[in-house]
Amino acid sequence: MSEIVITNPANFDAPRPTIPLPRGPIPAAPPKIARRSIDIKIDGQAISVPEGSTILDAAKELGIETPTLCYLESLTPVNVCRVCVVELEGSRTLVPACSRKVEPNMSIKTDSERVRLSRRIVLEFLASSVDLSTAPNMREYMDRYDAHPERFGETRATVAQPIKIDNDLYVRDYSKCVLCYKCVEACGVDAQNTFAIAVAGRGFSARIATEFDVPLPDSACVYCGNCIGVCPTGALMFKSEYDMRQAGTWDEARQTQTDTICPYCGVGCDLTVHQQDGKIVRVTSPLDHSVTHGNLCIKGRFGWQYVQIQPADPPEE
Amino acid sequence: MDIHLTNAQATAEERVAVDSELGVPASSWQGGQRQTSDTRAAYNGDSHGQRHRLLPTLHAIQNGIGWISPGALNYVALRLDIAPAEVHGVASFYGMFALEARPRIVAHVCDDIACITRGSQQLCAELESTLGPAGSPCSGGRAIWLRSQCLGLCERAPAVLISSAGEKSHERVLAPASARAVQFLLDDAIQDRLPAEPDVLDLKASVPQAAQKSSSPPLRLLHRISQGCATTIETYQKFGGYEGLRKAIALGPEGTLRELAASKLLGRGGAAFPIAKKWEALFLQRNLLQQDSGRAHYVICNADESEPGTFKDRILMEGDPFAVIEGITIDGFVTGARQGYVYLRGEYPLAAERMQHAIDSALENGFLGENILGSGLQFNIEIRRGAGAYICGEETALFNSIEGYRGEPRNKPPFPTQSGLFRQPTAVNNVETLVNVPGIIRDGGAAYAKLGTDNSAGTRLFCLCGHIAKPGVYELAMGATLRQLIDLAGGVAGNGKLQAILLGGAAGAFVSPKELDTPLTFEGTRAIGATLGSGVVMLFDETVDLRQILLRIASFFHHETCGQCVPCRVGVTRQEESLLRLVSGKPLGSAAQEIAMLREMGQAMRDASICGLGQTASSAIESALQRWSIFS
Repeated sequence: MSEIVITNPANFDAPRPTIPLPRGPIPAAPPKIARRSIDIKIDGQAISVPEGSTILDAAKELGIETPTLCYLESLTPVNVCRVCVVELEGSRTLVPACSRKVEPNMSIKTDSERVRLSRRIVLEFLASSVDLSTAPNMREYMDRYDAHPERFGETRATVAQPIKIDNDLYVRDYSKCVLCYKCVEACGVDAQNTFAIAVAGRGFSARIATEFDVPLPDSACVYCGNCIGVCPTGALMFKSEYDMRQAGTWDEARQTQTDTICPYCGVGCDLTVHQQDGKIVRVTSPLDHSVTHGNLCIKGRFGWQYVQIQPADPPEE
Repeated sequence: MDIHLTNAQATAEERVAVDSELGVPASSWQGGQRQTSDTRAAYNGDSHGQRHRLLPTLHAIQNGIGWISPGALNYVALRLDIAPAEVHGVASFYGMFALEARPRIVAHVCDDIACITRGSQQLCAELESTLGPAGSPCSGGRAIWLRSQCLGLCERAPAVLISSAGEKSHERVLAPASARAVQFLLDDAIQDRLPAEPDVLDLKASVPQAAQKSSSPPLRLLHRISQGCATTIETYQKFGGYEGLRKAIALGPEGTLRELAASKLLGRGGAAFPIAKKWEALFLQRNLLQQDSGRAHYVICNADESEPGTFKDRILMEGDPFAVIEGITIDGFVTGARQGYVYLRGEYPLAAERMQHAIDSALENGFLGENILGSGLQFNIEIRRGAGAYICGEETALFNSIEGYRGEPRNKPPFPTQSGLFRQPTAVNNVETLVNVPGIIRDGGAAYAKLGTDNSAGTRLFCLCGHIAKPGVYELAMGATLRQLIDLAGGVAGNGKLQAILLGGAAGAFVSPKELDTPLTFEGTRAIGATLGSGVVMLFDETVDLRQILLRIASFFHHETCGQCVPCRVGVTRQEESLLRLVSGKPLGSAAQEIAMLREMGQAMRDASICGLGQTASSAIESALQRWSIFS
């Protein structure tokens, strides 16, 4: 980029913006619309839920447990994992419960033969191609639907690949990636607006990647760690957690969680500090907190090492 | 946006390629030289709303340089204000874009099912011995040949498409191709001697009915192709062109809709949706359009014909492009859209050239632009080229592709008529459907409905390929039987003994010679568990190893799934693995167990996939397993 050279300072006017700054009226909040209720039927039970609710919301209301993987209440549903599919009367195909909005007189089955078959096969597809060893809930789902991923044979294609450790804060093990799009959403418009990662490639080789797969430190990543916060399988993991797991010392049963407020700036983000054996091992934020919605920045997420510096090494005079 | 870029810089040549599409950057904020007027705030840096220019820009680099380098990608990111990771995500989605350096001259050699019946395997074997293995540079490192999915040239199989990147990029179709001809053409490309025309439409080879002096009954869709209407708008008008638009304007949108409803025309792209209903859905929203200046309606001509074995839309665009344009214009008139798009398959150079010429001529002659035919109608059409992704023929994937995102389908609802391109009400129609429209309006909907059967009105184009004596596009009133169609096309070729017919392409179904008396209607094919789909009728004689054909279909879907949803992404992969085991005689358990597993996977893919690709990816394979015991 060339420098601006001022040839005659006497005649120099400070450059003025060619487009005036927008100065409009302060936008008013849209009027609140009273949401009408919609009557639907799930597994034979009638229920009335507010307009705009999803089938998943309604099922939850009835106490029907629906497996989900790519769904998270703080993100826009992408409905790509398809484990939440349900049978909707009149629909040619099954529909995703997490994103399909209720419509009057819908009649839904959540545990029919068709639903169970699709959920089982989807779980088998996932478990046969991805390492789900650190994914909570998956074991339980697999038992519930009697999934046997090993039946696709020994030579089946998987996404197994070397782990990516290119920075001190978190590791990326894409052998565990189910391509749920959550990290991309959290890095993008749903939270961080950094756009350091995107889905690249196509088909079975589609993957989460920076541009040309450059290491994270060369990318736009700002290490907010919001992608770790939403990852459902442990493909994205705190380096601290990864190191402890490698050393065999990671033990969630011995961990406690303490909520506190981030000490850094005035925003007041809620932190949930996870500690084991008197040491912080990771930091999350509650999804339902009105300030963070589960999101933090690099300081709140990773800036806790100073807490753990031992007084054994006094600073040099 | 605050864009973070790596240090990779675009070369001067790459910048020229990008600027040829986007123009010279207006300020340093958009990648130009820094000037005093740029100030220190990015007032001029706002490229928002430009994202839809991403795909054409990537094409410009691919055509100009032959591949998209990290530096070029950075420059595009800067010019369009899109994060480089996202640009990379989009570029890596499309088969036609290379993200690693490769020679400027590429021969795409089709080895898909229609070409297999016409010697593509032998062609590939010869190329391997003369040029070396596919995917490694040949001709002294100046060219490369690649195996390709169906190129839509099935009536002239085996097919090859040669592309030569550079300041003046060229494309040239070679069909039918021989290894020697490929070599000659590669040499021509290296010496910059490729013919100016990308291809020649040979009626005898592609539209046998039109090549005949007369046919009875007269052809509705193909009659102008033999009249040289492709290049001059005057000739097009001499043969009835624009009478449909004139009458539509006289009838008004409501009157036009009435004729369309009376015609009972169903969409010809595969889904058979009533066109009148689709257009009416937009027409009924016209009040909102007037009230809200932020609202717009769009119409799209889906010309991303990529179903293996399908080539009818290409022939229509090459032979009668003004009819396509007239159909889209009527669409715009009825629906209140001011902008139409043609999403045209990237592998169709001649169709793209002819369509662009037709749009330019229509604009010059007052059939597009402001105040069309003095009626006050304002309408324009823009062509967008696909880039080698079958999935982009799915209408919602097509929206994402035009908008500059990865061509991944969206969940429905909302349906396109409510929220489509740029989240606005949009009508998407297939080329053949739109070409039907001017004639329907001109002659009246009732007259059209008299053709064909009660539930399948009108005439239909069929793409005959494989082991058929006279391959090509044929037009028949719906209701004719499969046998009549095959007889019309000269009967079975190859060894003369018919083994199987694939109806509707890779997403369709196989039928057996016992089913030759099936009427070619929506209801007739449905009754035997098949589909008309995109009009493919591909014949296989008894010498063909159907197992290899099934394997090629499975490999097609494995290559073309977008990868978004699990049932399809993993399902098509497992399906291919399973077929590979069956073909090599090493099933898991018994063959029957393996087939039961295939069926089960097919069920989940049909039920749980987001879009039609996954929902139909097992249909042809399952139809064959149902009709023949080929693996026992």
